[in-house]
Amino acid sequence: MTAIQETHTAHHDDHADGHHHDHPSWLAHHFDDAEQQFDSGKLGMWLFLVTEVLFFSGMFCAYALYRNRNPEVFEFCSAFLNEKLGAINTGVLLFSSLTMAWAVRAAQLRQHKLLVGMLGATLGCAAIFLGVKAVEYSHKWELGLLPGKFYVAQVGGHHGAHKGYLEMLCTVPAIVTALFAVYAIYAWASKSLFHQRVAGPLLTAGICFFGGVMLGQYLEAQEEAKGHAGHHEHHSMVQGHVDHDSHEHAAASDTHASDHGAAAAKPTSPAIEMGGSPDVYIASEELATPNANVNQKSMAGLFFSIYYCMTGVHAVHIIGGMIVIAWLIVKASREEFHEQYFGPVDNVGLYWHLVDFIWIYLFPLLYLIT
Amino acid sequence: MAHTTTEHNSTNNGHHGDHGHHGFSHPMPVWMLLSVFFALLFLTGLTVFQAQFDLGNAEIWMSLTIATIKAGLVIFFFMHLLWDKPLNAIVILGSLIFVALFLGFTLMDAEGYREKLIFNSTIKESQPGQTAAANTAPAMAK
Repeated sequence: MTAIQETHTAHHDDHADGHHHDHPSWLAHHFDDAEQQFDSGKLGMWLFLVTEVLFFSGMFCAYALYRNRNPEVFEFCSAFLNEKLGAINTGVLLFSSLTMAWAVRAAQLRQHKLLVGMLGATLGCAAIFLGVKAVEYSHKWELGLLPGKFYVAQVGGHHGAHKGYLEMLCTVPAIVTALFAVYAIYAWASKSLFHQRVAGPLLTAGICFFGGVMLGQYLEAQEEAKGHAGHHEHHSMVQGHVDHDSHEHAAASDTHASDHGAAAAKPTSPAIEMGGSPDVYIASEELATPNANVNQKSMAGLFFSIYYCMTGVHAVHIIGGMIVIAWLIVKASREEFHEQYFGPVDNVGLYWHLVDFIWIYLFPLLYLIT
Repeated sequence: MAHTTTEHNSTNNGHHGDHGHHGFSHPMPVWMLLSVFFALLFLTGLTVFQAQFDLGNAEIWMSLTIATIKAGLVIFFFMHLLWDKPLNAIVILGSLIFVALFLGFTLMDAEGYREKLIFNSTIKESQPGQTAAANTAPAMAK
């Protein structure tokens, strides 16, 4: 056994309590054997995932209802989401799922170094994902594409001032990465194999976040450059949708209708009061015709409420996943896992795949609306 | 003694459900992991590609079908459900049934009331869009 494992088993001395002498340190004393422990843990994890699925389904329900009722809002707003960034993030997340599944295999086969590497790759991919997401979010905030009542109606040619949101979002990752760097220096100086194995992936993941930010910025700038030609059309459409506060309803709907080749421009009021609850209802025959007043707080603003809610909760899950993966890296660096005890890797893997699973649905539903 | 080496323990517990060399663990072959990954990438490309065409109503169903195939690959292979205990499969697939019920009934309800909630042009004329929109914003922002 390696020195790492020796220190680890010594560490477990305290709570082994001397009873159950036949129980290894990794087997909780209320389980008969490794397989029972593994199956119990896994069933618990699946039950947790069930609650996660149901939790997300609430948001998907809001999405389905709102899109069903206001398809034109989704067409309008989806144009503001950068499809390329979404696709890249999908790829990154799929790759992280691959490395996570591979990590489970490595744990089962006692490939300790490969396991740490695979977990590190998963953590790095998660960081890239968040980096790209940070660019997406900050870009939208600068344009005023904010949820609900904070939504700022889009005016043609408006590119948004640089307000430093990205720097704001990068603060915490920068601090965390700096701490990891300090830890890495300590690990290198102390010549401790364990600390080196832990610090390496953590620092890499920290750097990956900024790699993701740069990748996102590059692609966003590319889109912007391309947009000067291509966006023209889009912006002229946007210009039609002047904020509803500016009393230009008829003009707005005219522009929009002609954009879409509709024969008659119907000035559509977005809302009526019915049974005391003001809401938006669209006649079935009007479903195909775009609603002129999408560019306002109660329409596009609500889309962005849904967008931020779904992607934000998903991002929180990514961050939670990163924390548990970091914990796994610590355990894996102590070479704790083997074919009898890989439950933690497997269960975190299940969680991670679920996060990927949610994104698989989010990506086409939010980004790919034509 | 309570903290014997892992080497020792694995031989100790080896007789419990020891199917093959790796006990109850089933390491997935690398080729399978990689092919699932590339299949997922291919389907991502496909869904981006199909989004370029205006398929009308079929579009959402196309992208949902592709997403469901991808989700199936993730669940059955990456999440190992194909080799998992049937109870776990029942648990997770059961939750999907409840999601289907939840979404299905809500949408049925929305569909059922749609006819009643058509607004007509007289209301539109009589009620300036601006104030109506202003009324709507707080209600919908909830």
